Amino acid sequence: MPEAYIYDHVRSPRGKGRADGSLHEITAVDLASQVLGAMRDRNELDTALLDDVILGCAQPVGEQGGNIARGAVLNAGYEESVAGQQVHRFCASALEAVNTAAAHIMSGQTDAAIGGGVECMSRTYIGADTGAWSADPWVNYHNYFAPQGIGADMIATLDGYTREDVDSYAVESQRRAAAAWQGQRFSGSIAPIKDKLGDVILDHDEYMRPGTTLEKLGNLKPAFTALGEKAGFDKVGMMRYPQIEAVNHVHTGGNSSGIVDGAAAVLVGNETFGKASGLKPRAKFRAFTSIGSEPTIMLTAPADVTRKTLKRAGMTLDDIDLFEINEAFASVVMRFMNALDLDPEIVNVNGGAIAMGHPLGATGAMILGTVLDELERRDLNTALVTLCAGNGLGTATIIERV
Amino acid sequence: MKHIKFDVEENGIAVLTLDNADESMNLVSPEFITEFTEAVQRVADDEAITGAIVTSGKKAFMAGADLKFIGSAYDRGMSPHDVVAFCKKPSDMHRLMETCGKPFVCVMNGLALGGGFELALACHYRILVDDPKAVVGLPEVNLGLLPGSGGTQRLPRIVGTETALDVLLSGKTMPPAEALEKGIVDEVVPADKLMDAARAWLATGPDPVKPWDVKGYAPLASFGLLDAKTAITFTMQGPALSAKTYQNYPAPIAIASLVFEGMQLTFDGAQALENKYFARLVTDPVSRNIIRTTFLNKGKNDALEMRPEGVPTYTTRKLGVLGAGMMGAGIAYVAAAAGIEVVLIDATQENADKGKAYSAKVLDKMVDRGKRTRDAADAVLARVTATTDYAQLEGADLVIEAVFEDTGVKADVTKKAAAVIPGTAPFASNTSTLPISTLAEAFVRPEDFIGLHFFSPVDRMALVEVIMGKKTSDATLAKALDFVKQIRKTPIVVNDSRGFYTSRVFQTFIHEGMAMLQEGVLPAMIENAGKMAGMPVGPLQVTDEVSIELPLKICNQAIKEEGDAYTVPVSYKVMDRMMNEFKRPGRKAGAGFFEYPEDGKKHLWKGLAEAFPVAETQPDIEELKKRLLYIQSLETVRCLEEGVLTRPEDGDIGSVLGWAFPTYTGGTMSLIDTVGVAAFVEECDALAAKYGPRFTPSPWLRERAADARKIFA
Repeated sequence: MPEAYIYDHVRSPRGKGRADGSLHEITAVDLASQVLGAMRDRNELDTALLDDVILGCAQPVGEQGGNIARGAVLNAGYEESVAGQQVHRFCASALEAVNTAAAHIMSGQTDAAIGGGVECMSRTYIGADTGAWSADPWVNYHNYFAPQGIGADMIATLDGYTREDVDSYAVESQRRAAAAWQGQRFSGSIAPIKDKLGDVILDHDEYMRPGTTLEKLGNLKPAFTALGEKAGFDKVGMMRYPQIEAVNHVHTGGNSSGIVDGAAAVLVGNETFGKASGLKPRAKFRAFTSIGSEPTIMLTAPADVTRKTLKRAGMTLDDIDLFEINEAFASVVMRFMNALDLDPEIVNVNGGAIAMGHPLGATGAMILGTVLDELERRDLNTALVTLCAGNGLGTATIIERV
Repeated sequence: MKHIKFDVEENGIAVLTLDNADESMNLVSPEFITEFTEAVQRVADDEAITGAIVTSGKKAFMAGADLKFIGSAYDRGMSPHDVVAFCKKPSDMHRLMETCGKPFVCVMNGLALGGGFELALACHYRILVDDPKAVVGLPEVNLGLLPGSGGTQRLPRIVGTETALDVLLSGKTMPPAEALEKGIVDEVVPADKLMDAARAWLATGPDPVKPWDVKGYAPLASFGLLDAKTAITFTMQGPALSAKTYQNYPAPIAIASLVFEGMQLTFDGAQALENKYFARLVTDPVSRNIIRTTFLNKGKNDALEMRPEGVPTYTTRKLGVLGAGMMGAGIAYVAAAAGIEVVLIDATQENADKGKAYSAKVLDKMVDRGKRTRDAADAVLARVTATTDYAQLEGADLVIEAVFEDTGVKADVTKKAAAVIPGTAPFASNTSTLPISTLAEAFVRPEDFIGLHFFSPVDRMALVEVIMGKKTSDATLAKALDFVKQIRKTPIVVNDSRGFYTSRVFQTFIHEGMAMLQEGVLPAMIENAGKMAGMPVGPLQVTDEVSIELPLKICNQAIKEEGDAYTVPVSYKVMDRMMNEFKRPGRKAGAGFFEYPEDGKKHLWKGLAEAFPVAETQPDIEELKKRLLYIQSLETVRCLEEGVLTRPEDGDIGSVLGWAFPTYTGGTMSLIDTVGVAAFVEECDALAAKYGPRFTPSPWLRERAADARKIFA
């Protein structure tokens, strides 16, 4: 089986996913195209060598619909021979896109491809693509659908995490992210985004709130109380987990992932591609997989998919130097670390989505790149990247430096 | 035509007057459908006819379908396909009227419910009489059904998805003003202007084509999840219904899904889909259970089917109520509201006045909500005389005592009343715990003594448990039943026994809940199991509400009286410890299984974990749910076997109306038939092996299981 290598990765900075966010005027296809353009330009890449561009997107409707990957390929000025496809695995879409690119290479049917993702959350909204699982009454009723925030609060309730526990985690994420930016640990992989005149409109993650304190976070109101108590979702959750007397609503905008705009790309290829393009491989794929887990909480897959991926790779937890788990909600990361008994010092070492934001369909590729940079900086070898995703899905990937 | 009068006016307007030849109400029956189809065809075919008015020759426009027929579909073994075939005729009839090319205007001269209102929806224009009693609505959801014949499809197409969901899922009936505001009817006019209004509308030459039959018809809901608002509505709808019903009732989600899916189809496609969903509901035992217990059997009890024959109807014109506490005050109110003069007696004038003030409070609320006029409310209140004077009972047709639950106190007031009232007047006790036969000894005429057990709050609880003492005569029973009917409550008749029927069976629910606590089941799981099984509150919470003192007192009394013959409930230790060791009797004391913080929501007492250590492995929630329901059914069977109950339907009605045993089961007795007697016996045997002999099915049940005999044949 051919090896699949990571040759490079690049991402946009993350803009606030609101009307006053810096990237709001940038269309989704433009954002994806600029990242693809940066990948080509910084590597002087002959795009004719690429077979495919696979982009994740969690709200693939409207301007993000209709296979945005192909739109971005053409808009970026790539060779028209480069195909394009869009992948939807909710929040794990971009990691799945990279895995798919790798899988094609390992199967010998592709020489090189870009996997990545894009999500302009300021220009769409969560739930814009609807779907039967959450919106068809027959399906959401019989499958005990509840929004993710309810699931996050249920994890906290079941595991006994207090408001202070989850806020403390958020403070640490902010601290680590601020330190990483200060130490310029992301600078090698950021593609500044430009406006119609070619002026740089954003070159850093603008969602961050360095210096956030426990006290400040403590003042925020729980975000999911009304949904849980008034709309009936707490009861739906308790039907699945009848040991709960009442859901403890601890999550707020401050300890949940931020709503942002962003795009990312990872260049994956076989050995031949490296020779043809003159690029050096930086890491290889050891294993990757996805699973489904209990869909009402829907956020608990990372521990199980980690175990499954490790088994597939023939590795143990001790073989992994750094872990990167998407900070969908503080309780998700806390449950993950508890379940696998991980040292917090090797998990999300440069902060995560609570501090910097979570552009849904792009995050998986972003954090894969982040952890690869960090492996190189620390001169370590292996990392595992995982995300929980809608409807109980979860995806994980193990990479190893070469 | 037998049930429809067909006239043609000079102006070419056909008037179809619905007038059921066999019943006092117009009903949707197979016979009616055949005749109405014929009438519509005639309107369509006769070139001289320009349009039609559909109205009624009865006081009401039309009630719904024949529930006896639909309610028996399950037991007759109708398949879903049989039901779909059965639906075709009525739905075709409505569609024929809608598409025949001539305008139909519905003149609702009185109430139009269910099938009656579905007929109105299929007309091209709806005029309702301006009379608050002329309510309209589609109450099918409350019977475990959905409004068929296009009801679920026309309504959202007329008033929009949101309003339609509200009307369809609540099953509420609406007075004319609300129906007009919602756009469910087009005009509300006084009774004498109804026909003119209909003629005037027809004179405008209305287009007889419904908007949904015009090419290009595309409301937002027809885009399904492509429309953002529709997506949000239905994202919230399913889970809200799930939380409300704990998924025990199949009708609400069927209706919501049908509106969602049907709006994306052509009308004919939607009608076909409606028939399929309808077929699923009709062939589900839940609709059978709800219809049989809460409509058919309740109706028989309301009509006093069990009343002894040969006793002339007895009218209570003057009622004496002894004791103006919560129960006495409530009884006084319902009697006064039913037009009965009430003498409300208590030991002090202050207490008596307080009791009367309860009626004033309830009536004021009704006036505020526009449910009664001030004058009518004042008239009701004027019928209550609050006094300490027993001489006022002179001429009373019936006396009910509702004083403190103490044999001595009760004997005292009984004697005082007996000295004044006519020698023919029956005397009733509202006791919930003391044997009627014992109390009857204090009355000069024990054969005229009976138990009338009301439930709290009396004005809202429909049930009265009528208890026969050893010497109670049939004539007294008949008189008591006549009174229950007079105050529009539903009676069940039981024989004297500790706790009678309702209190005795209900106690098994709380005892079982406390037994679980003793076993180490997580308290939250016990409470959730109760609610998920369909009980309105969990067993620990309801124990807190009534206070542990009460069931504990009953047990201690029984131990004292019966000794070894009495089986002490498994929960005894829990009750004793909560009461005596932890001093936590319940809500009134501010401490029970729950904490009642002044500044927050009540929550389970944290000390429970230490008092009753939580077991390492927790049982399956489904098993807990079964235990909480089955134990009540088993006790009901014992009541039937011992002759406390004489009819199984009283077990159902008493459980559903008395302590809100979930209607999806049909009641404690119907639950057994729903599970299947053999399966029920088998499951109870398994529970008995695990949890003790209280789950052992009786020989009576085993025989039925062996013979494959249902409880309701």
